Amino acid sequence: MASLKELRARIGSVKSTRKITSAMKMVAAAKLRRAQASAEAARPYAQAMQRMIGELAVSVAGEVTLPPLLAGTGQDRVHLLVPLTSDRGLCGGFNANIHKLTKRMISRLQSEGKVVRLLPVGRRAFDFFMRHHADLIVDKLIGFSGKEIPFSIASSLGEKINTLFESREIDVCTLVFNRFHNAMMQKPLCQQLVPVVIETGKGTVPADNVAAYDFEPDETTLLSSLLPRNLQVQIYAALLETAAGENGARMTAMDNATRNAGRSIDRLTQVYNRTRQANITKELIEIISGAQAV
Amino acid sequence: MPVQIEIISPEKVLVSCQVDMAVLPGIDGDLAAMPEHAPIMLLLRGGVVTLYKDDTIIDTYFVGGGFADITQNRCVVLADRATPVQNIDIDRATAELEALSQLWEKADKSDVARLNILQNEILSVQAEIDAGSSS
Repeated sequence: MASLKELRARIGSVKSTRKITSAMKMVAAAKLRRAQASAEAARPYAQAMQRMIGELAVSVAGEVTLPPLLAGTGQDRVHLLVPLTSDRGLCGGFNANIHKLTKRMISRLQSEGKVVRLLPVGRRAFDFFMRHHADLIVDKLIGFSGKEIPFSIASSLGEKINTLFESREIDVCTLVFNRFHNAMMQKPLCQQLVPVVIETGKGTVPADNVAAYDFEPDETTLLSSLLPRNLQVQIYAALLETAAGENGARMTAMDNATRNAGRSIDRLTQVYNRTRQANITKELIEIISGAQAV
Repeated sequence: MPVQIEIISPEKVLVSCQVDMAVLPGIDGDLAAMPEHAPIMLLLRGGVVTLYKDDTIIDTYFVGGGFADITQNRCVVLADRATPVQNIDIDRATAELEALSQLWEKADKSDVARLNILQNEILSVQAEIDAGSSS
């Protein structure tokens, strides 16, 4: 059995760990509130954009020359996967879930004979895929999470993807990120960015209303400037969800860690007290039996 | 019957209120969104959105390009970036114009798509400076 001194040191160290984890929890909670607010503030733009693209897509449907961002390259060979993670760890299974899902997708696509490319966002994803699939990485984007996310990050990433697409280096682009439900739950999912998937049948636009729309300058021009913008907006939304999810996951993980540390301290304190009592009893027995022997 | 106008930037909703008329900087010229306007989707250039109530200007916003979706009683402006005109930072805009002009000098003159984007950005920043200095 450990000595009293060792137990004391052990209890002290667990106590300071608990202090750290509970501080991290508080920080994550404060950041979460901010991240969640900015994620919610960005939602109207994305929704309005989705609606406009939906309306436009209906009115240009059937035309021969659709912009490639909408119609695709006509091929389905090279897939670009963009896993979005945080830059730092200590947030439970948040990043591991993304890695797992991405790895599954890579092996599925490769078994179908597709070419896979990776563009990891966030240091965690980059480090992970450097170890496992270094040959697939075409680019990376790291070192921005934790701060307020400016739109310019999303727009430069969107432009990068657009350039890859226009130079026919990729045919399909898919984001892999955590959808933020609440602080306890983030769901990893993949969302196809390119070619754009139009959500139809939502009932937002009645069919007879569509025909009444005028377009200035014209549908194709509008669509060709809307689509790259939409790409950036989708990426921005995913980045914000990731930021909110990271802080939510970290808050939950640190809450659990704090609780575990508390439990561990209780257990250690009990062992410590028992050991102390056993020592006293032992000494007493020694003294008494010594006195009896005289 | 007033028009419900919303000016939305990627980060947040800037304005959501009822006005009698909103003048938008369309790519082919200004366009006023009034009640009962025919539904139209519009590409915007960099310029100023002016909000009117009873023929008086109640507010002006600078938008750096974007899109507008106008229906009979609603006008949604999706701005690439947007600021109230009185908050325009002319020094920053001038510096940006300077940087863009240098990019223009260095740009490959055969790359038409790139030149087009640059030109639009320059026009947008120029419009921002004009709007800021006239207010």
